[in-house]
Amino acid sequence: MGFSRRLIPPTGAGGGHPAGAVPLQLRKIRNVAISPAPQVTARRRGRASGPDYGSRLFASWWWAIPALVASLLIHYVAVAAGGTFAFTNWKGIGSFEWVGLDNFVKIFSGDLGRTAIVNTLILAFGFVVGTNLLGVLLALGLNRGVKTRYFLRVVIFMPTVLSPLAVSYIWRFIYQPEGPLNSFLGSVGLESWQRTWLADPTTSLWTILIVMVWQSTGLVMVIYLAGLAGVPQELEEAAAIDGASVFQRFRLVVFPLIRPSFVIASTLMLIQGLRVFDQVMALTGGGPFNATETLATQVYKQTFAYGQFGYGAALSLVLTVLIIVISLAQMALTSSREGKS
Amino acid sequence: MFNRYTPATFIREVLLILATIVVLFPFYLLVVMALKGTKEATVSSPVALPTAPTLENFATVLSGEGSRNVLMGLLNSTIITVGSVVMLIILGSVAAYAIARRPGRLGGAAYVSFVVGIILPFQLAIIPTYVALRVLGLLGTHVGMILLYTGLLMPLTVFLYTGFARALPRDYEEAAAIDGASKIRIFVKIVFPLLAPATGTVAILTGLIVWNDFFNALIFLSGSRSTTLPVMVYSFVGENVTAWNLVFTVVIISMIPILAFYLFAQKKFIQGFAGGMKG
Repeated sequence: MGFSRRLIPPTGAGGGHPAGAVPLQLRKIRNVAISPAPQVTARRRGRASGPDYGSRLFASWWWAIPALVASLLIHYVAVAAGGTFAFTNWKGIGSFEWVGLDNFVKIFSGDLGRTAIVNTLILAFGFVVGTNLLGVLLALGLNRGVKTRYFLRVVIFMPTVLSPLAVSYIWRFIYQPEGPLNSFLGSVGLESWQRTWLADPTTSLWTILIVMVWQSTGLVMVIYLAGLAGVPQELEEAAAIDGASVFQRFRLVVFPLIRPSFVIASTLMLIQGLRVFDQVMALTGGGPFNATETLATQVYKQTFAYGQFGYGAALSLVLTVLIIVISLAQMALTSSREGKS
Repeated sequence: MFNRYTPATFIREVLLILATIVVLFPFYLLVVMALKGTKEATVSSPVALPTAPTLENFATVLSGEGSRNVLMGLLNSTIITVGSVVMLIILGSVAAYAIARRPGRLGGAAYVSFVVGIILPFQLAIIPTYVALRVLGLLGTHVGMILLYTGLLMPLTVFLYTGFARALPRDYEEAAAIDGASKIRIFVKIVFPLLAPATGTVAILTGLIVWNDFFNALIFLSGSRSTTLPVMVYSFVGENVTAWNLVFTVVIISMIPILAFYLFAQKKFIQGFAGGMKG
């Protein structure tokens, strides 16, 4: 079969790991897998320290303006305008009044707002933990030795490229009362475990989490495989000869070297998890009895179904602040532990 | 010592193949159900193979009209995805090249604004963008969506291109400049072809994000004639929620183009994600 022999190039994430002291941002930039051959980099560095006689031969500075305007309009101007709507009672048309913090009081004092925040946090943290545990296990398993590893990587990664909405519908079928999951439980004698998975408020949130983890584990696996490609096998063999167990080898030798992959995978999954929308809309639509509403589904419903533009903007602001605060805290946490190791 | 194929490796291989089967099982259900006739779909076991495989579901789904015109959805998705990716590649590569070759204080500030734009969540931007597009009369149009995605994904695009452009050697450009080529000619004839690997990564990542996007498409395209596949699938399921054979047929049709691309270029896809998503 035409599957490539080398799925992950060694120039990937593994390349930058010895730079423990480099700030996260810089390391991330350097780690982009499309970095060119090393000798090219070296030549470029040598030139940069020499006389820069050529810069007027190249691009004009205004070439960056169209892209800059497009980006500034959406990511700065519109975001700032959205932030100000959060303090109004605007309904989408006509005039509006400033209402101060009323929208936020409504979010944090109402059951619906609080449910949405709690659900969003549960899904995001469950998503980070689930994808990272399974992803690192699969990456370690498929890193070497196994004959079918290239084929298995391609298959396990496949759900990542598909629309979350579309794959959620397959799972909605699996969870049906008469669906494959219940008939499987029945056939192995676990009738007492059968549920109406999506309509039962005690299980519906977890059904969503399972679909999210199922779809994104392959992506996390690939990020860890890129890290593992930079771990010298001799190092692990030396540790094994010294009598280190499998767990000790992972904890003391491998994991410190693939920590950048861990930071990237967990940050990425955290941000994706906090924005969860498609899976909820496809599986439960927020039900039963609002048990699976998240911040993103509430933003959509309050703003565009109920026309509460001000309240919807306030929900977006809460989501935005959550994403910024949690991902900064998470980055600080993961990279400070990095300093110690 | 880790390269020998031991019994332990064999056990690991079996376990991993089982895990892969778990990953694949939903796709088995998907295909099997889509090939069943309406009667068989409701009475037979969901796991059973179809007794008389039929393509009638595909015929039914593909002949839908109006808001169920799946072919129209396919066309809309293609126009919006291709339009957005082309805009991102043109504007993004030029901007990244300018930033890479003119690194002064302004270029640095512009670069930082792009990188921060990747991290800043865009949810807050949705309501003002919705109002702006409504005022401009671009709500529910291809052009409106292309503009939206161009702005939304520009930071990621510039970030990916800049990392690559900074590492390009200047020798070819200098040689061409000495031969009298203009800046624009140098970019088009020399630099852009050298940026091809980055262009590939940008096209795959942004193309997938746009093609699969449901949140923005639902907000900006609902009820219009420009609805993309995810929105069409969503409303289709709303109307046919118990006809799983038809639902799964629509789902398969929406997946085929992406799966075909993926299986054709799986190496590039996986590299693009492993590297590019670090942004």
